[in-house]
Amino acid sequence: MRGILVALGVAGVLLALNAAFVGSMGPGLAMPPYLLQVICLAGINVILAVSLNLINGFTGQFSIGHAGFMAIGAYSSAYFTVTFGDRVRAAAGFLPPSGQESLVLLLALTIGAVLASIAGFFVGVPSLRLRGDYLAIVTLGFGEIIRVFILNIDAVGGARGYSGIPKLANFFWIYGFAAVTILVVYRIVHSSFGRTLVAIREDEIAAEAMGVHTTRAKVISFVVSSAMAGVAGGLFAHYLMYIHTNSFTFIKSFEIIIMIVIGGLGSITGSILGAVLFISLTEGLRQFAQYRMVLFSLLLIVIMIVRPQGILGRREFAIFSRRRDRPPGGGSTDGRGNL
Amino acid sequence: MTTFLQQLVNGLSLGSIYALIALGYTMVYGVLRLINFAHGDVYMVGAYVGYYLSRKLRGAEPSIGSALLVMLGAMLACAALGVLIERFAYRPVRREARLTLLITAIGVSLFLENGAQLVFGPDPKFFPSLAPRTDFLIGGVRLTSEQITVIAVSFLLMILLRLFILKTRTGKAMRAVSFSLDASRLMGISTDRIIATTFALGSALAAAAGVLIGMQIPKIDPLMGILYGLKAFVAAVLGGIGSVPGAVLGGLLIGTSEVMVVGYLSSTYRDAIAFGILILVLILRPQGLLGRVHKEKV
Repeated sequence: MRGILVALGVAGVLLALNAAFVGSMGPGLAMPPYLLQVICLAGINVILAVSLNLINGFTGQFSIGHAGFMAIGAYSSAYFTVTFGDRVRAAAGFLPPSGQESLVLLLALTIGAVLASIAGFFVGVPSLRLRGDYLAIVTLGFGEIIRVFILNIDAVGGARGYSGIPKLANFFWIYGFAAVTILVVYRIVHSSFGRTLVAIREDEIAAEAMGVHTTRAKVISFVVSSAMAGVAGGLFAHYLMYIHTNSFTFIKSFEIIIMIVIGGLGSITGSILGAVLFISLTEGLRQFAQYRMVLFSLLLIVIMIVRPQGILGRREFAIFSRRRDRPPGGGSTDGRGNL
Repeated sequence: MTTFLQQLVNGLSLGSIYALIALGYTMVYGVLRLINFAHGDVYMVGAYVGYYLSRKLRGAEPSIGSALLVMLGAMLACAALGVLIERFAYRPVRREARLTLLITAIGVSLFLENGAQLVFGPDPKFFPSLAPRTDFLIGGVRLTSEQITVIAVSFLLMILLRLFILKTRTGKAMRAVSFSLDASRLMGISTDRIIATTFALGSALAAAAGVLIGMQIPKIDPLMGILYGLKAFVAAVLGGIGSVPGAVLGGLLIGTSEVMVVGYLSSTYRDAIAFGILILVLILRPQGLLGRVHKEKV
């Protein structure tokens, strides 16, 4: 009961903020469009960072193809909206227009999430069966290959990019889904399954000896993470109304990694902070665009040398850590897993 | 049949480039158990060093001597770069978790790619020809002098590497370190020095590959290392990561199959072939063709 009330409260606050930002509650409260767009893109990056942290930070498996799953979500959901959107609206004619739009968006995002998770399953099974860093190279390859495939599908624009996607996503939907992502990852991490994941991160052999089906747990974690990346991609497509495969290169994947490394591998609040910090820095340093990535890559190396667990490490901000349970990183105190 | 032989020659010359890069991956993996993501970018730097050196030598006629000079210069520069990367990025985190080492490697890779765009400019550059070119026709198969050079130089370097690993004291120490880092330290081997040597050797081979690709496909750009690095890594996995002959075999197989698929099927998915092979290897034979199964011990 309390949960439902909190959820309704959050939704109400987001709806009110959304109305205020676009200016329907008086021009004084309206947000400049550029700033609003940056805030919305930050929200999408929060979803990406928090979901990537589930596999990289909590399970200790290194995935560097998150942008590939994002691309699948973006293209499949956009294709659905463009092709079947009208039919869905007609079928749901009894709903008010905003209800129809929401229904189309939710269906599109579901399809994006399902397809991204199927891709995640087929990428994850061969590489997660093995110990070691194979997931890294397979996901990197996958991320590039899926781009080449999309580039050759003419139905979604190919090299011209995919335009004409209706603008169905807004501040409300993006931050609503960010809240859902954070909640889901938080609940997973604090469940017994979450402790399984942390056990795999800390010592895979010991976890296996304790009777954990490590491959199964790793694949589930990876599939959930991919599905969330698919949702983020769908929101991205329906917010910007135009997508191109150049938005989903390995550089995007590396950016998400930088976010979670800045924030802390294995900290949910850390990845939120990292995503917001990264977006603020990239927008703030826009006039130094060519030095920006050099700076970020140096930052990545220096953080790894000086503070390998990231700035926040595995700690969470106070609102997020209930006093009665220990933080999910409780196993090792030095913050160094054994992979 | 002639077409097939022609494709085979083309495949072998591409494959020997992959093999040269794959050797660096497999050697570093052998001693550090690290996928050195920056290795593909060292290869790119090698190509650029070769480019600037050959521009410096432009006054001289293209000759074997100047080509040799360019190649040696690039190899030396990249050996130094490899040692620097190892010393300042990897050594401080060597005792940390594997994930830390991997993220550092990605950081180094990003740094080299973006630094190269800054220093060399993001646009592709055209590699000047280093040696006078002639074509040979043997039984209907056209062999360019570049292809012959690429295959000959690669195989010479691979044989030299094999002799180095099998016949010298340092090579013996490298084999010991890749067998067990801790045990070789206890036996009095200076592991830091051996790891640095491994990086130097691997990077020099990558630089040679960079100059050779510049001679063959005369277009180089700061991001060229990513795809070649990825395919060379797949080659190392296919041959059995950690195995030096495996890397050569894997490189030649990947190069040949890529050229064959492009020649007989379609060029659209040429970059997907290596990836498909990687998935198949991971499912069917994760230890690779010539690799050994490592027992996991606590």
